[in-house]
Amino acid sequence: MSGAVVAPAPLTGPQKRPWRVRTREARFATMLLIPSVVVVFGIVLYPILRTLYTSFFDVESALPGDFPFVGLENYGKIIGDGAVWSAVGRTAYFTFFSTALEIGLGIGLAVLLNAPLRLRWLFRAIVVLPWALPTIVNAQMWRFILNSEYGALNALLTQLHIIDTYQSWLGSPFLALNMVALADVWKNTPLVAFFLLAGLQTIPSDLHEAAVVDGASVWQRFWRITMPLLKSSILVVLVLRTIEAFKVFDIIYVMTRGGPANGTQSIAYFTYVRAFSDQNFGYGSALSYLIVIVILVLAVFYIRALRSTTANEI
Amino acid sequence: MAAARRDGMAMRPDHNHNLTMSRRGFLTAAMGVGAGAALAACGSGSGGSGAKVTIRALHQQQAGYSASDIQGMTAAFMKANPNIKVENTLVAYDALHDKIVAAAPAGTYDVVLMDCIWPAEFAKKHIVADISAKVKGLSGLDGIFPGAIETAQYQGKYYGMPWLLDTKYLFYNTEMLQKAGIKPDQLATWDGVKAAAQTLKAKNIVQYPITGSWQQAEAVICDYAALVGAFGGRFLDDAGKPAFTSGGGVQALQFMVDLVKSGLANPAARTSVEDDVVKTFSQGNAAMALNWTFMYGLANDPKQSKIAGKVGMAHTPAGPGGKAPGVNGASALAITSGSQHQDAAWEYVKYLTSKAVQDKFATSSLPIWKASYDDPAVQKAGTPAVVAVAKTQLQDMILRPQVANYNSASQQLQVSIQKALLGQETPQAALAEAANAFTASS
Amino acid sequence: MSALTPSRRYRVFVHLMAVVVSVLILAPFGWLVIASIANDNDLLSKPLHWIPQHPTFDRYLQIFTAQGDNVFAGFRAGLLNSVIVASVTVLVSTVVGVFGAYAFARLRFRGRRAVLLFFLSTYMVPPIALVIPMYLVMVQLHLLDTTLGLIVVYSSFATPFVLWIMGNYFQTIPVELEEAARIDGCSRLGALFRVILPLARPGLLAMMLFAFLIAWDEFLYALIFTSTAASKTIPVAISEFTGRYTTNFGLQAAGGVLAALPPVILAAIFQRQIVGGLSGGAVKG
Repeated sequence: MSGAVVAPAPLTGPQKRPWRVRTREARFATMLLIPSVVVVFGIVLYPILRTLYTSFFDVESALPGDFPFVGLENYGKIIGDGAVWSAVGRTAYFTFFSTALEIGLGIGLAVLLNAPLRLRWLFRAIVVLPWALPTIVNAQMWRFILNSEYGALNALLTQLHIIDTYQSWLGSPFLALNMVALADVWKNTPLVAFFLLAGLQTIPSDLHEAAVVDGASVWQRFWRITMPLLKSSILVVLVLRTIEAFKVFDIIYVMTRGGPANGTQSIAYFTYVRAFSDQNFGYGSALSYLIVIVILVLAVFYIRALRSTTANEI
Repeated sequence: MAAARRDGMAMRPDHNHNLTMSRRGFLTAAMGVGAGAALAACGSGSGGSGAKVTIRALHQQQAGYSASDIQGMTAAFMKANPNIKVENTLVAYDALHDKIVAAAPAGTYDVVLMDCIWPAEFAKKHIVADISAKVKGLSGLDGIFPGAIETAQYQGKYYGMPWLLDTKYLFYNTEMLQKAGIKPDQLATWDGVKAAAQTLKAKNIVQYPITGSWQQAEAVICDYAALVGAFGGRFLDDAGKPAFTSGGGVQALQFMVDLVKSGLANPAARTSVEDDVVKTFSQGNAAMALNWTFMYGLANDPKQSKIAGKVGMAHTPAGPGGKAPGVNGASALAITSGSQHQDAAWEYVKYLTSKAVQDKFATSSLPIWKASYDDPAVQKAGTPAVVAVAKTQLQDMILRPQVANYNSASQQLQVSIQKALLGQETPQAALAEAANAFTASS
Repeated sequence: MSALTPSRRYRVFVHLMAVVVSVLILAPFGWLVIASIANDNDLLSKPLHWIPQHPTFDRYLQIFTAQGDNVFAGFRAGLLNSVIVASVTVLVSTVVGVFGAYAFARLRFRGRRAVLLFFLSTYMVPPIALVIPMYLVMVQLHLLDTTLGLIVVYSSFATPFVLWIMGNYFQTIPVELEEAARIDGCSRLGALFRVILPLARPGLLAMMLFAFLIAWDEFLYALIFTSTAASKTIPVAISEFTGRYTTNFGLQAAGGVLAALPPVILAAIFQRQIVGGLSGGAVKG
């Protein structure tokens, strides 16, 4: 549990420090972290603990009542519920599909945002647009565009003679899941791109210059210089997007309500219907902690995978 | 105020006083503040007798009565009851349920609008108060449509007063029917509707004669409910066990599946909610559809409709046994169990649901009172064509099943219906799956 | 500044790609703009009229001028509330988060990764599970239906990201620069403000835009915790353009276009701060 995972020890920094320096640093770190602790946990600590507490009771109403302590029974029920696991499976697919595309496209877009473009300010403003559009409007917009009766996508593809009959983009379960993921990708790729653009800024330009002198092509420079140095920024957005994607709710609520035939029902949506709409809060709280655990495992996995290869940074 | 609130809760026999304390105790410990004292400071109004009380009401935005209607009613009420101050909050329908639930432990609202699918849940979870004594004491109770009053009932007790009354009707495109030589009378039965659709399709008047709101959403249950009733089925039997897995329940779904398979119903219906039905119908891409009253106005508005003036509205078609109920879509005003001002809240509810007030605002929403429909002023305000058919349809409605876990049970049923409509499962098998969700609840 | 002179082919290629990306982004957004000024008949017709035959700015006019206590007034109030809530959230989370991020990036203490993950985990819990206990907290602290309440909640969600994002970003800034400053007599915090923060400007700006949009876009808590024009935010106001059975897509589109503008304008103003890479000179100190 050393800091090396989060912070690769700067190679130029002192590798071993006396114990006293460490405690002094720890005390200083604590001081620096106190404001964050207050702001973050001041308000959410009670709800988070309360939810954990609730997950061990058979709480069936928002109102206080005589709810039996059931220990880990709620967690047991979740593990035994096939519907939970199909929702988790769909959510995992959604998460991997959308984050992979967002990161892939985001890298390209970041390089483009950083390129010597005419009217670069305008291009950057355009790229922000999807990110700035409220999620509920984005979802409504795509529901409208993908509509099988009067949607713009069908109209466009037919007028270009790419398809000859209107398609029902949200009409079959798997296709609908992919379409919802694409709507999410459209909205969130700019977010990824802007973070990676910030990452690109930290790459010293003389590295590229030296490579040019050595005769490296654009591609070689991208793979040998840009990508390795972008890893830490990629890790940041990967964790960020994974957290968001695994909790996906709003876009599904507006676009498909989990349909057709549950094809787009995410685990957060499942939790909402079973736990909140029906007020089975004990079960719902346990489900929420399951979601937290899955995301945490993914986050730790990403951190390990990406950090282990960056020891030779700079 | 905290003490008063606790006493109020303890008075209800089914509410455990101790756990009220334990939750509060936990709260106090977790937050390190005197939670009781904090609560005392945040109650609304003063509890003393004769003093002015403030009640808070939660209404819905952009449906039924408009914001200014509600403002007008409330202002008139406050004028007549100077001791009661009413603060209204309007939220989108989609937010209503969740807001009621989230606010319940804090007792934020006294009066809430309750959709007809929530009384079982809210009663069982003690979110709303049993106001049977108050409702039964009302004079002229039998002047209310029976279908309206039952939406506020659960297991024989009253948990609210019906306020917004709505049901689905059969809408048809008069021009298309005329072109095909079909008389509107033919649409009195589902067989007639099917035959009409076949004619319309054969004559190439419209590609998909029928559409519906069959997306995985509450909307599909509403259409299915009307068909279940027409085919003589029931959602639950007298013992509260699911009864839609055989007979009318299966036939109703089979009917929907057949319509899709034969191309009589638009495949897009599977991704449509009520609003999409309005759009498809208004653009002249459907000849017939079930929908709520609001479609009449929209489909007749030339700004958003190409068939303005060609909209027919009829009683829902009958099934083989002659039954023809519309789905019950009423909403009631309920008083929360956490309300400190049950009596003041009841005064407000009584006022809003009174015949005089409802008649006055009939343009926005039709009254729950049968006699109103013979009043020429109401007929004019509510559009004569609508009132005429509403008068009979509102006598004849089917209620969706009243179970405490309605939301997730309904979702299971939606999934089953969708599986059948997508051809993944037979209606029989799909419905049997959904039945489990209803069994688990009771 | 840079000795790099990209080849002509590369320049043509990136411009071409920029055009393609712009089209992919602007096509759906453009459709949203069209939807906001077209009437329903234009939007729904088959074949589709791409150029509205009856363009109307009524929706925008309504949003900005409609009198009385209605959804339009709610939208105007929401715009102001959202600007306040998002700006203050950015301010609070950045100020407290930057110190913490520095600790994670440069100081050594036990359980550093665990602490960081613990911070992040507060955002991993689905909001739907927290909303009821959080509501009680809001009531107790008299924060229900106030912009302050939303600021407090959003700051608590944005801050872990500031820690995570800036912590990682600070690490990419060569430690030699900071050490040079400290040799010149700067304290650790002095070096943070004089050396690290100026160099971290691109990351800081991306992060601030992100925090702004977390607050700008958040829906569920705002929906449950706000009830009047005193605190309703834009997403809530837009959701109220829709009736129980109806979706007023034209109005939602107009609301969406208006809601997207403030963040885009902000980004356009500040993008100039994201110039081109650490110059070689800075690294060599």
